[in-house]
Amino acid sequence: MADTGEGKKEEAEYKRLHTFPLIRHTDMPEEMRVEAMELCVTACEKYATNNESAAKMIKETMDKKFGSSWHVVIGEGFGFEITHEVKNLLYMFFGGSLAVCVWKCS
Amino acid sequence: MPGKAADKHRKGQGRPSGGRAGPPRVLRAAPKKRDDDVSTEAGDVADAGAGGKALVKPPDQLELTEAELKEEITRVLKADNPHAPQNIVRYSYKERAYKQISHVNQMAIHFSYNGNLIPKDSDEGRRQSMKSTTGAEKAPAETSAETSEETQGKDEESTGDTQAAGEETAEESGAAEVAETAEDEEVPPPKKPEKKLANQFNFTERASRTLNNPLREKACQSEPMPCKDFSSTVNQWEIYDAYVEHIQKMEKEKEKEKSKSQAVKKEEVKKKERKFTSLEFQSNEIAKVSKVAKIMERMVNQNTMDDIIQDFKYFEDESDEYRGQKGTLLPLWKFQYDKAKRFAVTAISWNPKYKDLFAVGYGSYDLMKQSQGMLLLYTMKNPSFPEYIFSSESGIMCLDFHNDYPYLVAVGFYDGNVAIYNLKATSQPSHKSCAKSKHTEPVWQVKWQKNDMDNNLNFFSVSSDGRIVSWTLLQNELVHTDVIKLSVEGTAAQRPEGLQLKTLGCGTSFDFHKKIDYLFLVGTEEGKIYKCSKCYSSQFLDVFEAHHMAVDSVSWNPYHSKVFISCSSDWTVKIWDHTIKTPMFVYDLNSGVGDVAWAPYSSTVFAAVTTDSKAHVFDLSINKYEALCTQLVVSRKKNKITHVQFNPVYPVIIIGDQRGQVICLKLSPNLRKMPKAKKGQEVEKGPEVQIAKLEKLLSLVREPANKTEL
Repeated sequence: MADTGEGKKEEAEYKRLHTFPLIRHTDMPEEMRVEAMELCVTACEKYATNNESAAKMIKETMDKKFGSSWHVVIGEGFGFEITHEVKNLLYMFFGGSLAVCVWKCS
Repeated sequence: MPGKAADKHRKGQGRPSGGRAGPPRVLRAAPKKRDDDVSTEAGDVADAGAGGKALVKPPDQLELTEAELKEEITRVLKADNPHAPQNIVRYSYKERAYKQISHVNQMAIHFSYNGNLIPKDSDEGRRQSMKSTTGAEKAPAETSAETSEETQGKDEESTGDTQAAGEETAEESGAAEVAETAEDEEVPPPKKPEKKLANQFNFTERASRTLNNPLREKACQSEPMPCKDFSSTVNQWEIYDAYVEHIQKMEKEKEKEKSKSQAVKKEEVKKKERKFTSLEFQSNEIAKVSKVAKIMERMVNQNTMDDIIQDFKYFEDESDEYRGQKGTLLPLWKFQYDKAKRFAVTAISWNPKYKDLFAVGYGSYDLMKQSQGMLLLYTMKNPSFPEYIFSSESGIMCLDFHNDYPYLVAVGFYDGNVAIYNLKATSQPSHKSCAKSKHTEPVWQVKWQKNDMDNNLNFFSVSSDGRIVSWTLLQNELVHTDVIKLSVEGTAAQRPEGLQLKTLGCGTSFDFHKKIDYLFLVGTEEGKIYKCSKCYSSQFLDVFEAHHMAVDSVSWNPYHSKVFISCSSDWTVKIWDHTIKTPMFVYDLNSGVGDVAWAPYSSTVFAAVTTDSKAHVFDLSINKYEALCTQLVVSRKKNKITHVQFNPVYPVIIIGDQRGQVICLKLSPNLRKMPKAKKGQEVEKGPEVQIAKLEKLLSLVREPANKTEL
């Protein structure tokens, strides 16, 4: 019991520590990156329980801001191989358990 | 159309006569013509009249008597248009003249209209209806079709056929149509029993078709966006690892920054400690590495030259006590730079702010061996390598630091140019005189002045071309004004009359009075010293027949406002009171004197260097006949020493020689003796004491002179 309690504590600690967005890979220009990152954070916080809605929101907003044909994947575990336009990829972690991949390809 | 015109005419004029009364001769042509085509109105009326039917008269018709009716009215109608101009003149290009045109167009059209209807019993109509009947035998009862001459288009549709025919004929029979329009109404009556056609209004359609523009296709394709592949897998472990790694990295960086900031703080503290003496930290532009390297270099030098530094700071020659009045000079450092070895030291000057820094100008005094020049700045902290290096195209002859802006150095060149070097900026002079305004001969001395009324920087220069020029530093240029031209008196008289050549004296040195702004002295190549004022450009306040050879240097005493010193290549150093024409003291040093300088700490101490490589230090208050110290500074025979300067603070002098070497020497205690404090009395200090000291000496010299005069 004590172990599990400790485990929970640790988890809470971990979640508290790891709420910030962590960019894993990106080739976007500075300005775009910041904007996309903020958008992902907003979307994930808004739809904390529904990754699909969050992805939809990110996709639609990105389409509006940077031109169409954006794709977004949000999930806790997945693999992918994508083709993206150069300077239009953002792959980041958020909230300690979510991975967000945003890219553009028409 | 004469026919129509005639018709009209008859309607207006001929009606009353009823048409019966033999139509006039001329009119007859008209009805005839018309009869060819169809029965005319006039014809109808005539026929009706012939038939004996009662005439229906309009109520407003004129009643005319028989006589009147019978009266013949002769009218001649011509085919001419009365309105047509008779005298049209046009320019004929063929004959190149205006020519009357005989042929005038007589036709007047009052109304014309091309209709698309064809009357049924006209030739055209008949032809068409014939065609339609023969084409389609479904309507055999058509009355107008009597003979079928043409037997074509049997398979064609009847309507299409008529349309096509109509189109053709309508265009061909344009002339006929004009007449037809008027008579449309009269056509139907005889044909009423005819069977109705599909086209009950009896018209044919006309249509035309234009060409369609040809279509062309055009297309282009853009380069596809460059794409890249990216693949990865993600699961909770990876995310966790990434976060943990990131946090660790951040922590490390924080630690580093902390340690860095601590280091920076430490350095800053160190800097503050050294700031008083160090120039290096003033310049921001030196890169970090070079800064560190410089510190290292100085540290190394400090170690290798530890004994010299100790000497500089603490060594006082105790043997002076046994020498009586005499003193010595202790050589400390030698400042050398490989690239400057072939040049002579032509000017040295201490920086007014950083007491360890001095500038050395390199050039050549040899007329035949002029080449490039150099400006080096050394600090006593690093004798091994110059702090700043500037090279110039021409030899430098003189330089001066600005008092308020210690980073500005004014420089005079052998080629007559003057320039300002900014130590903060690049290796090029920040300002340079242009070819137009520069001196025509070497510039022998430059000196900064107080800022002028507009607060612009300005300095003076003297050259052997006889001009003394004031240079004002405006934003991007040096503006020059000639202050004075050294005209040589007396020489003009010796020349033959009528040949008035203006010879200019060759200025070689000058010095500005410390307190009286406008007053300055100019030494010349002829050996005269002029006392000048900035206000008078053509006259001198005074002329001293000072030397027999070029005056190498003049200098005001730093304390006593009346006294100045001069030295010359004629082996002498002379001390003057500028109010008296004869020198106060004369010293013969047995060799040409290159430079002389007052000590900053005493009014009675000065140093002179001679071409036999000896430095002489005098203290008038101790011995007014002999030098306290005469010492060989450079040993080699080929070498000569050229210039000497006292450090404003430390008891050292620097002496430049002809091989690009600068030697720093320490004055022994005897050379800087201060009046000893007597028991119970405090030592008096300050400029007043110094002035009094010198005044006392001068009074000794003056009195005998006055006595002899008496």
